[in-house]
Amino acid sequence: MSTQKNTEIYPAKQEFNITVYTENQIGLLNRIAIIFTRRKINIDSLNTSPSEIESIHRFNIVVNETEDVVRKLSRQIEKQVEVLKVYFNTNEDVIWQELALYKVPTDIIAEKASVERLLRENGARAVVIRKDYTVFETTGHREETDALIKILQPFGLIEFVRSARVAIIKDSDGFNRKLREFERLEPGEEVSENEYLNNGQKIFTM
Amino acid sequence: MEIAQQELAKSAETKTVEVSGSVALLEALITEGTEVIFGYPGGAIMPIYDALYDYKEKLNHILVRHEQGGIHAGQGFARTSGKVGVVFATSGPGATNLVTGLADAMIDSTPLVCITGQVFAHLLGTDAFQETDVINITTPVTKWNYQVTDATEIPEVISKAFYIARSGRPGPVLIDITKNAQIQKFDFAGYTPCNHIRSYRPKPIVRKEYIQKAADLINSAKKPFVLWGQGVILGEAEKEFKAFVEKSGIPSAWTILGAGAIPTDHPLNVGMLGMHGNYGPNVLTNECDVLIAIGMRFDDRVTGRLDKYAKQAKVVHLDIDPSEIDKNVQTTVPVWGDCKETLPALTELIEGKSYPEWLAKFKDYASKEVEAVINAEIHPGSGELTMGEVIHQLNQLTNGDAVIVTDVGQHQMVACRYAKLNQTRSNVTSGGLGTMGFALPAAIGAKFGAPERTVVAVIGDGGFQMTLQELGTIMQSGIDVKILILNNRFLGMVRQWQELFNEHRYSFVDIASPDFVALAAAYGIAGKTVSERENLNDSLKAMIDHKGSFLLEVMVTKENNVFPMVPQGCSVAEIRLK
Repeated sequence: MSTQKNTEIYPAKQEFNITVYTENQIGLLNRIAIIFTRRKINIDSLNTSPSEIESIHRFNIVVNETEDVVRKLSRQIEKQVEVLKVYFNTNEDVIWQELALYKVPTDIIAEKASVERLLRENGARAVVIRKDYTVFETTGHREETDALIKILQPFGLIEFVRSARVAIIKDSDGFNRKLREFERLEPGEEVSENEYLNNGQKIFTM
Repeated sequence: MEIAQQELAKSAETKTVEVSGSVALLEALITEGTEVIFGYPGGAIMPIYDALYDYKEKLNHILVRHEQGGIHAGQGFARTSGKVGVVFATSGPGATNLVTGLADAMIDSTPLVCITGQVFAHLLGTDAFQETDVINITTPVTKWNYQVTDATEIPEVISKAFYIARSGRPGPVLIDITKNAQIQKFDFAGYTPCNHIRSYRPKPIVRKEYIQKAADLINSAKKPFVLWGQGVILGEAEKEFKAFVEKSGIPSAWTILGAGAIPTDHPLNVGMLGMHGNYGPNVLTNECDVLIAIGMRFDDRVTGRLDKYAKQAKVVHLDIDPSEIDKNVQTTVPVWGDCKETLPALTELIEGKSYPEWLAKFKDYASKEVEAVINAEIHPGSGELTMGEVIHQLNQLTNGDAVIVTDVGQHQMVACRYAKLNQTRSNVTSGGLGTMGFALPAAIGAKFGAPERTVVAVIGDGGFQMTLQELGTIMQSGIDVKILILNNRFLGMVRQWQELFNEHRYSFVDIASPDFVALAAAYGIAGKTVSERENLNDSLKAMIDHKGSFLLEVMVTKENNVFPMVPQGCSVAEIRLK
């Protein structure tokens, strides 16, 4: 089988950022999660938190899959009664960040001036400084937060934690406005299921 | 309770009246037009059953023999009546017994509202007696589910449940109500049906430009082919569909859940699709130039091998569920929307045409199929009885006006292939899930949904033994259901596959049966068994003419195969006649 054909049948997997606006409802996380697990797809990162509109939540889900699979997943998610809207984007289409916390022994940090420089170079800031330990925080892409782990490891890194990814969609003029319309509008008259189809270039949706 | 009812009747809309959560639930069901409830009581749903004691006149509760029977009855009711089926079950095992029916209703888009009792809210998560995490168990097999722990939620939640179950692409909804919420009194301000949920859009917006594109494609077609599914029936768009087919002149074939949307003998109805469908519709799927799919979902049993399915054709797909578009088959022109709205718009834009040469091709294939398969199946002349001739003779006796409820397996394929259906909502079967044991309870529900019609449950000897306890429900409710068991003393469909693909290695398909007629008699149901050709017609007539339920067991040939057949992994064009 030629490479050409191969890519046709198995188009390349890549990271996709799925953004889901939902009602704040018990059990909805499970309803969304099983759409992935049923197809044996791993969720690489999941963040859910209140959006800018009260009572509406925003999920950021990261998966490594083909576009075709991600489109089908997104449609299944959007079909759920308590889901308002789903978008999916490649990494190029979003600005994204992860937050990381690093706990290191204060005495070593205080003694080693080079560590301080390294921290500064990596954009970290101290959140807590105690006699026994200091907690630094940094935000960035996976490689960036990973890099600081490597740097701090020789200096007695005690604990590390990283958040899920949050992502802002670059081409997203009017999401906030759109959400407010969802708030206001009566039965789906003006809020069209397929309205973004004409906008395919700018926004990925169903 | 009596007092509560009277007060409710008296009170003006604005006034509130103090009632229990259970009474509020029953009032909600009445306002939603519920006529019949299929259910089974138990500890955690007792307050609702206690309230039901005072609502006997208004709500007809049918006591089933197993919760699975209850939910299949609810499905049968929904299929023939077009209304939402309502099912009651208790917590724990009562609720888990609903799961098969929920999965069946989910995949076949059947509107249901299931109410399950649950342990007291303060016991949730303590492994209390008959406590099961019903919400999480049923999440993958419900369109929506919700746990009520406070009585004040009941009116709104029930109104949402009915709205979600019946609107858009219908489906099952489960509401789990904790015992304290059933008992708790609250100020009930009356029940308002729901018609809007902010995050839920049951119907996509109809986009005219796509209807125009679809019409252009259809108008330019030389060999167009229509595939229709249950969407036409669920959308109550049979008239609109018939108008479309007749104006377009396009040969049209059906999925088994779409059967009967237009009559079997309509000149443009070219037959059944899929693994055991008709010869022409399968072969010519791979010859048409424009494929118009209406309210169907390209199930693998319909498409066969997907990468060899209609690759030459441009595809127009009409569906109410946007997630069905491009799910299995790449669409050229998608038409989102309720086909009740999209079909008339499309009909207006297409040219009135006919395709005599193209239609003749279907006829050619049909005669080949008659010669190779159908003649031997429905007019065998000698030898043991065949399933096909039983269905053929049944057609003549019912004149195609009966509701045919089928179970799952060979008899199902034969019944769907050969049953004559004159009207819509005449075919009740477990399509997507393939649930053996479906037919007997579903037939009970089907009769409640269409009391004026003859309901015949066609069941195999295997499937009948999965839910035969529902004979008790038939006995107690006194309902008139005709039970036609096609007994080949095998789990026939699995045996057929073992014969064809596993070198006759018949692994656990030889199934013994009790004396079905004696069993029916034990339940006070009349019955008869027949194995001779000369007695078949009279026996079928005796069953149809009998006042009340009747069980007819027909001994059919043991090792008959259902053909044509698209073997698994083959393209529809590779359909076998033998």
